[in-house]
Amino acid sequence: MLEIKNVYKTFNAGTINEKKALNGLNLTLNDGDFVTVIGGNGAGKSTMLNMIAGVYPVDSGSIMIDGVDVTRMSEHKRAKYLGRVFQDPMMGTAADMWIEENLALAGRRGQSRTLRWAISKGERADFRERLSELDLGLEDRMSTKVGLLSGGQRQALTLLMATLKKPKLLLLDEHTAALDPKTAANVLRLSDKFIEEEHLTALMVTHNMKDAITHGNRLIMMNDGKVILDISGEEKKKLTVEDLLQAFNRISGDEFANDRVLLSK
Amino acid sequence: MLSFMNSLPGAVAQGIIWGIMAIGVYLTFKILDVADLTVDGSFGTGGAVLVICVTGGVPVGLAVLFAFAAGCLAGLITGVLHTKFGIPAILAGILTQLSLYSINLRIMGGSANAPLNVTKYTVLVSSRNVISALLVGLIFSVVIIIALYWFFGTELGHSLRATGCNESMARANGINTNSNKIIGIVISNGIVALSGALMAQYQGFADINMGRGAIVIGLAAVIIGEVIFGKIFKNFALRLFAAVCGGIIYYVVITLVLKLGLNANDLKMFSAIVVAIFLAIPFWKRKIDDRKIKPVVEEV
Repeated sequence: MLEIKNVYKTFNAGTINEKKALNGLNLTLNDGDFVTVIGGNGAGKSTMLNMIAGVYPVDSGSIMIDGVDVTRMSEHKRAKYLGRVFQDPMMGTAADMWIEENLALAGRRGQSRTLRWAISKGERADFRERLSELDLGLEDRMSTKVGLLSGGQRQALTLLMATLKKPKLLLLDEHTAALDPKTAANVLRLSDKFIEEEHLTALMVTHNMKDAITHGNRLIMMNDGKVILDISGEEKKKLTVEDLLQAFNRISGDEFANDRVLLSK
Repeated sequence: MLSFMNSLPGAVAQGIIWGIMAIGVYLTFKILDVADLTVDGSFGTGGAVLVICVTGGVPVGLAVLFAFAAGCLAGLITGVLHTKFGIPAILAGILTQLSLYSINLRIMGGSANAPLNVTKYTVLVSSRNVISALLVGLIFSVVIIIALYWFFGTELGHSLRATGCNESMARANGINTNSNKIIGIVISNGIVALSGALMAQYQGFADINMGRGAIVIGLAAVIIGEVIFGKIFKNFALRLFAAVCGGIIYYVVITLVLKLGLNANDLKMFSAIVVAIFLAIPFWKRKIDDRKIKPVVEEV
């Protein structure tokens, strides 16, 4: 489904702020994989997701989604393959537009925008039904501006928007990090639900080791812009936080001391 | 006071024409969240194109369309400079505006002023018949508002709104934000030039300075409309209409302060101060609000 081959990315190359974000990254996702991604700050987790989404171009290497080479494709063009939820709840929705308008925009991901009406009657009924799955009462507030919703509500809505039109790949970039624990748990539950029901292929970046272990069928750990650990199947089911910390210690050596604090249990 | 009352209809008529320009400014300033300074040039372009067309024998209706198209072209230049050349929107607008000074002179055959004899040619609006000018101006603004109301209800219109509201979100949903910005700036300048075409007819000439400070007048109209009618006009069409009303109020106030003895030379400074204050009000209001301690809000 996703094939990342030997991707390099350096920010601010040649300056004092030079930062090698991705360092020969290789990753292949199979159809239906739900992969959780962990790693310390600066490990390249978010950069990887942004490279897949085309937020900025790669320096070298290639990215294929479902057999299509998207390496040089612009962000809005490859959006047709991708559903995205960002860390910042403000980023995934248009605050000045209504809930149903946001959903209608998401419903046309990957299509050209014409002079037809933006929302059809049939869609409205469909949106109402999908919104009720969120259990937040948003189905009765479809003509409310999204800017009036709480961070958790907005993130749940973004998740619905990202999956409204089935994406080839769902990218979740620490999408619960900015939420309080209860809200975060709810958004995670919804993520699991949508991924399972729609049989989505997904990449979820998280700082929470426990979440990384309990969700998904595969876990990768990143360090220095590379995948340093890739665990799936039965092995992943038996995994504990302690195992992960040890593995991290073994592979990354000295840096562990710095990063241990950054990876919360 | 009597002379003020006498000049009131004329002020309202001019206010409506500037109000139409304010609709164009609304599109870029409020919807695309871009301050487009092209309008100072494209307003004059509209006037110049109209006068040259009409005096050259083109029917006035068609001449207005040509003016609209010329404005669209000016907007296209700014849009391309901004999105394809990577020039910040404000600077892109300034560059187009500056070059339009030369272009407008060219259109008017090298002179700074192109007269339009309204007794010799048929025109749509004229200061000689203020009441009819009022009506025609009103019809134009209503037709433009209806057209925009339709447009912003379409898929394309929605994607344009999303572009102005949140570019990351727009791109994540497959919207080409660059082309949407260009479309927005094009339509905006088309409307501005159309307003310039009406103004040239109304005053009976086009001149190289007619658009100077247009952006400030447009912003004043948008902001006045928002401050006065913002609480009652929620609907998009009504918001656009509020901008037109803002233009009328602006012109009536200007006429009043001139009658009260403000030196006409000081007018532009007066406009700038008014706009600066109105732009600052929301910022100050937020600062004051931030000082107040807010209660904790429960998250869902």
